[in-house]
Amino acid sequence: MSGGRLRTQVGQLARRSVMRTMRQPAQIVPALVFPMFLLAVNSGGLRDTTNLPGFPTDSYLTFALAVPFVQGALFSVMNSGTDLARDIETGFLDRLALTPLRGAALLSGLLAGAVVLGLVQAATYLTVGLVAGAELVTGVPGALVIVALSVSITVAFGTIGLFAALRTGSGEAVQSLFPVFFVFLFISAMALPLDLIQTEWFREIATVNPVTYLLEAFRSLLFEGWEPDALALGFGIAAAVLALGMFAASSALKTRLVRT
Amino acid sequence: MTPADANGIEVEGLVREFKNGPRAVDGIDLVVEPGEIYGFLGPNGAGKSTTVLMLTTLLPPTAGTARVAGFDIVAEGPKVRASIGAALQEAALDPLLSGREHMRLQTALHGIGKAERAERGRKLLERVGLAEAADRRVGGYSGGMKRRLDLALALAHRPRILFLDEPTTGLDIQSRTALWEEVARLAVEEGVTVFLTTQYLEEADALAGRVGIIDHGRLVAEGTPAELKAEIGRPTVEAVPRDPGDRERLAAVLARFGLAAGASPRAAAARLEGGEAQLAEVVRALDAEGIAIETLQLHAPSLDDVFLAKTGRSLEGAGEDEEPEPGAEAEAVGSA
Repeated sequence: MSGGRLRTQVGQLARRSVMRTMRQPAQIVPALVFPMFLLAVNSGGLRDTTNLPGFPTDSYLTFALAVPFVQGALFSVMNSGTDLARDIETGFLDRLALTPLRGAALLSGLLAGAVVLGLVQAATYLTVGLVAGAELVTGVPGALVIVALSVSITVAFGTIGLFAALRTGSGEAVQSLFPVFFVFLFISAMALPLDLIQTEWFREIATVNPVTYLLEAFRSLLFEGWEPDALALGFGIAAAVLALGMFAASSALKTRLVRT
Repeated sequence: MTPADANGIEVEGLVREFKNGPRAVDGIDLVVEPGEIYGFLGPNGAGKSTTVLMLTTLLPPTAGTARVAGFDIVAEGPKVRASIGAALQEAALDPLLSGREHMRLQTALHGIGKAERAERGRKLLERVGLAEAADRRVGGYSGGMKRRLDLALALAHRPRILFLDEPTTGLDIQSRTALWEEVARLAVEEGVTVFLTTQYLEEADALAGRVGIIDHGRLVAEGTPAELKAEIGRPTVEAVPRDPGDRERLAAVLARFGLAAGASPRAAAARLEGGEAQLAEVVRALDAEGIAIETLQLHAPSLDDVFLAKTGRSLEGAGEDEEPEPGAEAEAVGSA
């Protein structure tokens, strides 16, 4: 197949994915509202935490602002997975399978909706956070990197949704993953920096939980300044999840699409 | 040149087994000639859809071979797919996209050039009567409109062979007739070969040049509708007694002339073993028993009679068991 045709396939499926996302406010609104709600509750209720010796910033709002970017990405698992599961349930995937469509084009196209959602989410979280008084010590360049990291995580998590949809073929099964992923968020350095977590087992789990390092990458840009190691780790984790997710989803697609 | 070398279909010993289930398709042999409308008739669960999924390359057979448009369905899947169009059992559409957006996606995925896509989509939507609804989201379409869009999408890349899996199930008479006309036109005017599955006798009778009757995964009869009916050759006599209390006696009299047949609640019916010539004897017997008759009708043999003769059951309501879900390869036992 020529590169031109592959580009056309990816482009057309991306267009459909974006249209579907934009035409389903029920997908976009919760991904915007719930993380902001949690941010408001946490930054208000845990404000005095900044008095702990060694807490890295005077503004808990700034510290907590990293959370919505990861939390929003979790919605991407649900949204991209549910969309694909619906295609399987309705037979739309069979329609696509009858065309010369390549699996890579299908997966890439489907993730285009996640890119749009990631952009909208990142812009919203950052704007709301800054308006509410959060810091951003890295300025406009830092804001751009935050958006890029947010989109990367959203797309990476989206591949897990695609994998779940292809394995189960069920929208309900995909949605049941959401609480599982939420546990990962809570057992991380979400509320406190790693070195201030006193409970040993919690700290140990948070230390090996990749979500912690995604949060630290955002926090480095928000209140610590340019930290190449933290950013490399954040983008590296996103890239690793993306690679693993795409591999798993591609394998599941081969099983699901048993066309000869 | 064999049928499959042109625009035909050749199937030999096609089998599909599912884990923990019966053989959904159990050794089917059939040939569809180029330009023919072939009706694949059977109740729910008979194996019709599984056969279509195999012939359209979406499900590998467990055993057997098939060539579609001259290409092997296992070894040459992409070439088969390039030659065929298919409207599968459910009208698989995206409710959030419009008819025109569906056409744009389908034509692009089939590699139709950008310049031609819009025109091809417009013409097909016009042909199936959806020009005015082209920019409305499909979620608001009626069942008939969805089926027509499904047909238009199947035709997007000008296929030589068209597979239609129960295309009119659930449609009203008007929508059904409109679809029949379009399918007939495609075969007659454009020479498209049509493989049509249906559980409607009248659909097979009205559309198909030849009919294959499938039951429990096996082809139990094949021929033109006229040939199949002639093979059975037994008309049905149906009578309604003037006094409803005489219905049992009426049925007993009719039973002397042949096996009981399906009838309306107030009536009794039997297939006349001796053909139409026995009608006079029937009337005389009823007169001799003193059973007054309100109406008496002689029905020519139908495809349902053929199905009954071949399987011992009536097609209407015969399919109680759903066909095994053919989607997941994980459920399959082996594959070719």
